[in-house]
Amino acid sequence: MFDKNLTDLVRGIRNNKDNEAKYIAQCIEEIKQELRQDNINVKCNAVAKLTYIQMLGYDISWAGFNIIEVMSSSRFTCKRIGYLAASQCFHPDSELLMLTTNMIRKDLNSQNQYDAGVALSGLSCFISPDLSRDLANDIMTLMSSTKPYLRMKAVLMMYKVFLRYPEALRPAFPKLKEKLEDPDPGVQSAAVNVICELARKNPKNYLPLAPVFFKLMTTSTNNWMLIKIIKLFGALTPLEPRLGKKLIEPLTNLIHSTSAMSLLYECINTVIAVLISISSGMPNHSASIQLCVQKLRILIVDSDQNLKYLGLLAMSKILKTHPKSVQTHKDLILACLDDKDESIRLRALDLLYGMVSKKNLMEIVKRLLGHMERAEGSAYRDELLYKVIEICAQSSYLYVTNFEWYMTVLVELIQLEAGSKHGRLIAEQLLDVAIRVPVVRQFAVNEMTNLLDTFAVSTQSNSMYEVLYAAAWIVGEFSGELADTERTLNILLRPRKLPGHIQGVYVQNVIKLFARLATTCLELQDMPGIVRLCDHVLEKLQHFNGSNDIEVQERANSACMLIEMLRKQLTQPAEDASTGSIPPMAIEIVQEMALLFAGELIPVAPKAQRKVPLPDGLDLDEWINAPPPDDASSTSSEHDKDELFVSAAHDGNDATGGGGGGNGSHSGGKRRKSLELTPEQLERQRMARLIEQSNNPHYLKSTPSSASAAIGNSSNNSNADQYDNIDDIPITELPLDIEGVAALRVGITKRSDKYLKEQQEAAAHSKDAKKKHKKSKKSKKSKNKVAYNSSSESDAEPKPLHIVNTTLDMPEGVTLSDSEEKDGKYDPNDPHRALDIELDMAAFEAPARASKTASASKESVTAQIGLAASESIDPETVAMPSKKEKKSREKARGEHKTRKAQAQSQPDSVPDLIDTGSSPCRTATDNGINNNNNTAPSHADHSQHLKKKKREKRAHKSSKLLNDESTATTIGSTTIIDVGETSAAHPEGDVSAAVDAKVHKKKHKKDKSQHKEKRTHKSPASEYEQPMGISTPSKEMF
Amino acid sequence: MIKAILVFNNHGKPRLSKFYQYFDENLQQQIIKETFQLVSKRDDNVCNFLEGGSLIGGSDYKLIYRHYATLYFVFCVDSSESELGILDLIQVFVETLDKCFENVCELDLIFHADAVHHILSELVMGGMVLQTNMNDIITRIEDQNKLIKQESGISAAPARAVSVVKSMNIPQQIKDIKLPDLPQAIKDLKF
Repeated sequence: MFDKNLTDLVRGIRNNKDNEAKYIAQCIEEIKQELRQDNINVKCNAVAKLTYIQMLGYDISWAGFNIIEVMSSSRFTCKRIGYLAASQCFHPDSELLMLTTNMIRKDLNSQNQYDAGVALSGLSCFISPDLSRDLANDIMTLMSSTKPYLRMKAVLMMYKVFLRYPEALRPAFPKLKEKLEDPDPGVQSAAVNVICELARKNPKNYLPLAPVFFKLMTTSTNNWMLIKIIKLFGALTPLEPRLGKKLIEPLTNLIHSTSAMSLLYECINTVIAVLISISSGMPNHSASIQLCVQKLRILIVDSDQNLKYLGLLAMSKILKTHPKSVQTHKDLILACLDDKDESIRLRALDLLYGMVSKKNLMEIVKRLLGHMERAEGSAYRDELLYKVIEICAQSSYLYVTNFEWYMTVLVELIQLEAGSKHGRLIAEQLLDVAIRVPVVRQFAVNEMTNLLDTFAVSTQSNSMYEVLYAAAWIVGEFSGELADTERTLNILLRPRKLPGHIQGVYVQNVIKLFARLATTCLELQDMPGIVRLCDHVLEKLQHFNGSNDIEVQERANSACMLIEMLRKQLTQPAEDASTGSIPPMAIEIVQEMALLFAGELIPVAPKAQRKVPLPDGLDLDEWINAPPPDDASSTSSEHDKDELFVSAAHDGNDATGGGGGGNGSHSGGKRRKSLELTPEQLERQRMARLIEQSNNPHYLKSTPSSASAAIGNSSNNSNADQYDNIDDIPITELPLDIEGVAALRVGITKRSDKYLKEQQEAAAHSKDAKKKHKKSKKSKKSKNKVAYNSSSESDAEPKPLHIVNTTLDMPEGVTLSDSEEKDGKYDPNDPHRALDIELDMAAFEAPARASKTASASKESVTAQIGLAASESIDPETVAMPSKKEKKSREKARGEHKTRKAQAQSQPDSVPDLIDTGSSPCRTATDNGINNNNNTAPSHADHSQHLKKKKREKRAHKSSKLLNDESTATTIGSTTIIDVGETSAAHPEGDVSAAVDAKVHKKKHKKDKSQHKEKRTHKSPASEYEQPMGISTPSKEMF
Repeated sequence: MIKAILVFNNHGKPRLSKFYQYFDENLQQQIIKETFQLVSKRDDNVCNFLEGGSLIGGSDYKLIYRHYATLYFVFCVDSSESELGILDLIQVFVETLDKCFENVCELDLIFHADAVHHILSELVMGGMVLQTNMNDIITRIEDQNKLIKQESGISAAPARAVSVVKSMNIPQQIKDIKLPDLPQAIKDLKF
């Protein structure tokens, strides 16, 4: 009786702030005691406390059984507490759930609607596949309950059931569809909600519902529902462009008329989706785009940050298909980059990539770099960094005119963002630029040397190390361009604490540099020099030799052995002759070493592998080593009998323990033989492959222009093989504080600014320089190093200074965009996959209709079915609308020959899709062509009438078209006539509208004097008593 | 779909947590913590949308929040929800709380976490918006409260007695007991 109740518990926790954990542990002990008692009220109290404790992060699943006990109480008070606890701590995998099935069923069927309501709310949080299967029928029954409260909850519940038990979807769907026209707006809204969720993942199955939704959209005034419907249309239009055409008009009207920002925004979004889906053709839609962009501009300039954010978000969607219309608002978007709100800046960043041009790239990047210096919060800085790279690298560096500038920017990024997680990305960029823009290499290698020299190794583990990987690789690979090879070599050899894979690259590139230097010595006949070089490198490599990274160790070891070999050759002649000439063997070794690294890399498309034909005789499914013989079938399946015999003999041998050795060694020998063969085969295959590659026109060869093209294919390949995956190559950071660099900085805050300045100056001169320009243009290509001074002479757009090698070898019929990991997109655990069920609307409708209209003749029923079938669109026809049109025409032929002729002569015939339920356009009746409106259908069976009428109407429509040469839009309005009446015959529709209008009036608070004065628990902390200031009306107009 | 609804105060203390997808208790606390860190560092005059809770959701999910005095109301939703719509839903939620608790403050949420849950369950069910009309919501809640009052008619009497006893401030009441003025009484006593 005097147990703690929830209030006591909360108070106790607040009074024990210092040892909360201890106090709670003590409480849990008490709760366990209480749960052991028989009194249900005591248990109920205990469970209520547990629910609170759960929120604080304590596991309460141990009390699952007690929770179920409380749930099963007949009192609503306990039941509610029990279901709340269950919804907080049970989950679909809870084993206890199987105990609950019957109890929940009882609650669902309870006389008291709140018992069922509470059960549904709880169930929605923890329903399992088993429960779904067992309770699906009960919930479906509730969908037609007389109480709207239960219908509404049951409808929502069905969605959860579908997720766990997809088989329920098909039988439940007709009912769900029926709920779309439920008299209660809440139920209607719930049904829309569920179908929207279903259709979001599998839109094509719900296309046939478009007419119903279209009708709802044009009749409803419930903004919540409208938003959902409009969102749904946004998902449907990509599948059915013709739907989009129908939507534009009502949506535009809504945009003009609505005062609710949320609705306006969703309308704009869907119009954008429509415009994207029908972007081809349709010239008159530029008006819609303009409207959207204008409205969005209003949102963006709004002082409400939320609207600004959403405006930018929607802009980015337009940008993809209609970049031009967005670009006119460049000023606005660039201004948002300076907004104080990070979310808004991020959205503006998203838009930025559409805003850049050759002209303004440098300036925008400069601004972003400025932001990076100021910005706090690594996530935002990372995002900035990513965007800088994204806008520069887009479309193969389309907008980068000067790659020395870009290199400098990358290096600056490295220095600015030592803690960034995008080290790998920068590394990729460095490599990509160095490889694909040959002229920038000389600049790059020197930058990279500086980076290697001064990159501050911070203790903090981050991915920026990766840039060292790239830097080391670049200086090694393009060592020919280095100004001071020896210095670079020494920098690489400097002992530093770096991750193993980067050190590995260091060692590898030390060899490259060594080979380069040795070759130079060779040319100069500098015998002492080469000896000194060998000794120096050997000595320094010892440090790598001791690395505990196996890769580094191995590479260092190989390098040492190689150099020692050379060293040995060098020392031998020193004994017999002091001529100083280099012994021929040494020359040969140096040349061989140089050969190892000769050859040039060219970019490889991600899917280039597909270009390589499968060599003859290579069977990828063949066993390399036969699987172990324990599996009887594997030894040799052709000789079943023999095998049986052998295995029998084998068994026998095993049993006797003698003579088995012979047999065993035999098979062992066989296997060993196949193993021995492998290296030979490999060798042979490799040779074959090399020949094949050299003869194969599809194989990627070094560009003929490269000086190293003369070098044999084999070395080329070895080089390429080594770096198969460019992405794996590590990258180094460039230090900037170097004397050489300092020279560049005179009077400029940032090195990269220099290029911007040059560009601007050049732009100023451009007019006078026009003549010169033509000449210098040619020289640019040959003398790129000097060229950037004249780079920006062009008047309109700066001419690219450097040329990007964009050759990507691609197999025929493969595009970069068709992703190979398409399959990966599908989450195998996504329950919506199972819900991809084709819902044949016709099949549902036909029987229902047949039962209702008993008087209808068989003929008409079948005709209706045929018609209904024509409405449901199968995915195939969605892909090829023309096909569908043809189909419908064929159907028409079957029904009325005369109509067929008309339909065919009417090439622009609008699809039937919308006709059934299309908008009750008030003007429609004015057209005065509705011969059918004398039938005034009752609500119950108006849909059947609709169908019949539609047929007639169709004939009507086409004939009218022939006569009047009306446009598609007029067809739209004529087809709508029947629906106009329908909505009139629908008293509920209007009632619900009225209700909604009432519902969404904003109520303002509040007579403060009405406060109840005494609240016992208010005393402890005044801080909590702050009123929440709710009276501020929300921006929304709901 | 709404994935989670969190209410916490300016110090990150959870006042209500409702997850419509299962996370174990540890993860729930981490999510609350992370969400608090994301939300709390934002000024009041910036927008109410936030991307990038790494633990909950992913790219498709957004945090939509409102800040009232000492409390943050955060909804984690996916792209099928309208951003402005959810903002309005939060407003409806808080206004409903305000009506039910009569000028709600953080203490109400602390001491009546269960009641807040019950109110919420009339707005959102299993991650889907159930009812957005405040009057309807309040009718439902009042109906249920009536039901509970009926049930507790007689059986609640002891409970009420207990709560009265518990809230009795005995030391104070002893002090307040008025005893007759003894000396005077003695004086008045006439032998």
